[in-house]
Amino acid sequence: MALTVAVHKLTSCSGCQLAFLNQGPALLSLMEKVTFVHFIEAGLYDPNTPVDLALVEGSVTTKDDLERLKQVRAHCRYLVTMGACATSGGVQALRNMANVDVWKRAVYARPDFIDTLADSTPVAEHVKVDFELWGCPVTQAQLDQLILQLSRGVLPKDDAEKVCMACKRAQQVCVMVTRQEPCMGPVVRTGCGALCPSFGRGCYGCFGPSEQPNGDSLANRFAGLGLQPEEIVQRFAGIHSHTPSHQAQIKRWQQLIVKEIE
Amino acid sequence: MPSRPGYSSTVAMDKVYLPRGSLGELYQALVDEGYEVIGPQEQQDAIVFAPLSGIEQLPWGRQEFTAPGQYRLDNASEQRAFHWNTGPQSFKPWLFKPQQVMWLGQETDDGIVFKAPVSDAKPRAFIGVRSCDIAALYLQDQHFMHGPHPDPWYSEQRRQLCIVAVNCSRAADTCFCVSTGDGPEATYGYDLLLDELDDGYLVQAKGERGNRILATLPTQGATPLQQRHAEEQLARAARQSRQMPDADTLKSLVEHLSDEQWLRIAERCLACGNCTSVCPTCFCSKQEAEQDLVSGEHQQVRVWDSCFSEQHGHIAGKNIRGEVSQRYRQWVLHKLATWQDQYQRSGCVGCGRCISWCPAAIDLVEEVNLMLGSRHD
Repeated sequence: MALTVAVHKLTSCSGCQLAFLNQGPALLSLMEKVTFVHFIEAGLYDPNTPVDLALVEGSVTTKDDLERLKQVRAHCRYLVTMGACATSGGVQALRNMANVDVWKRAVYARPDFIDTLADSTPVAEHVKVDFELWGCPVTQAQLDQLILQLSRGVLPKDDAEKVCMACKRAQQVCVMVTRQEPCMGPVVRTGCGALCPSFGRGCYGCFGPSEQPNGDSLANRFAGLGLQPEEIVQRFAGIHSHTPSHQAQIKRWQQLIVKEIE
Repeated sequence: MPSRPGYSSTVAMDKVYLPRGSLGELYQALVDEGYEVIGPQEQQDAIVFAPLSGIEQLPWGRQEFTAPGQYRLDNASEQRAFHWNTGPQSFKPWLFKPQQVMWLGQETDDGIVFKAPVSDAKPRAFIGVRSCDIAALYLQDQHFMHGPHPDPWYSEQRRQLCIVAVNCSRAADTCFCVSTGDGPEATYGYDLLLDELDDGYLVQAKGERGNRILATLPTQGATPLQQRHAEEQLARAARQSRQMPDADTLKSLVEHLSDEQWLRIAERCLACGNCTSVCPTCFCSKQEAEQDLVSGEHQQVRVWDSCFSEQHGHIAGKNIRGEVSQRYRQWVLHKLATWQDQYQRSGCVGCGRCISWCPAAIDLVEEVNLMLGSRHD
């Protein structure tokens, strides 16, 4: 029996949905395991038919997002968040630290047309989530593993291992030690196989906080490497600013400096 | 396991001299013996071991400067190939691989068919390894080969190693091999041993293979002056600022289970596993099942794990080391104290890698000395 799958999108860039569509020939093999019921990016519109698995991309930033999310939850057996936005609020959660009305007036010619919530929030703050796929964007491997496991009736296993473990297994040399790069690797989870360190750069933390992140120590080390408090805040505020462990460092090293427009 | 209670220079009289211009002939002799030559070279801002296509690839005139949390390569005052001490690797990634496929399976109409992984073990000669690396190799041999269940992948490569070691001519700031009894002079475990001088090498062979290779090289008798220079450099390399307490003192670490210092270390420890990954003796692993969605082929893979990772302490539904302080304690107590009961010596060979490659700049030697109340530095 193929799993029936619905792919829903809230507020997001659609990049995670492309992890499905960019598989090329592997997509054909995947389709032997799943039957897509609703997937607008792939041309299927049927949001309310009950499915085994609902994959939700995007964060909740409008009243409409929230209403649709409740419908998604009501029509699926398993709800799995797909990517940084759905799982932690995403890049757009940076606005949670700013004044939305001020920004709305600065950006839009007719701000009165904009109907938005004050915050960008993860799916799990509103409905029950059965499993989370972290990543900005998620990888094909994550999606394949999820579907393989669910189609065999096995609940997926979460892997919150730190980037450093994948980095050292790949025999990458530590860029924080050799180049004093402010690398997020020690406090964020892997998923990319330590992509940025393999190009000599510090990790940006696309896959969100890891198991037991020691943000205090890493941020102290960043300060020791010469980063100013504002730069430390920016490291933790990048992609997963709404997560509690990153929030703790953002608050600790000062509120993110946002140029408010009066 | 040879024991080395303390450092005393023993540059042997049976060493011969190989001019620098003939180092390439040593390389060629190893190739002629059928070895893939693995040697030090500068990659990713560090000295790493990788297949060597010629001696010009060696890190000529380069040395490392290390400190807790720091490793920086710079020009050395001398144009030598082995003026550095360590890089992040040792033999470990070549023998106990970061990822090792253990078996593969394919679902067929007749059930699951199992296959053995393709081995890439081959005769390999390592140039430029140090006494600490050899000490670590012998420790890993004990774990992977001499126990009740020898590891086939480790053993297959280990049996095909040829080792051209180099005596250290200087010590990095993080070196403390003298205090663990593992350096700076290599006394066992090699086929050939070099002392690098300004214009060439003193060479010493051990065993039939080493002597066979040595006999093909255009060596000359070593002069007393050359031998004195080699002794002087060894003495220089033995002047190290860090000292690990002796083995018996380390055993008393088990009396420090509730020491508050573990909590203070955990405030800084990132539990990232960098120390255990670069440690040449750490051997923990976990297994994962991987499956290819398209081919249906699946494989069981053994990957490096660390006692610092959360999952490592998760046994029978409960995490027995939930706190980072407990994991650091586990690592130190096992490595330095209970390892002695398991393998008849401490698991630390004094290479200092865990100190320089710790992103949080935690200094193992300093912490242990603080805990044991002994004088450090």
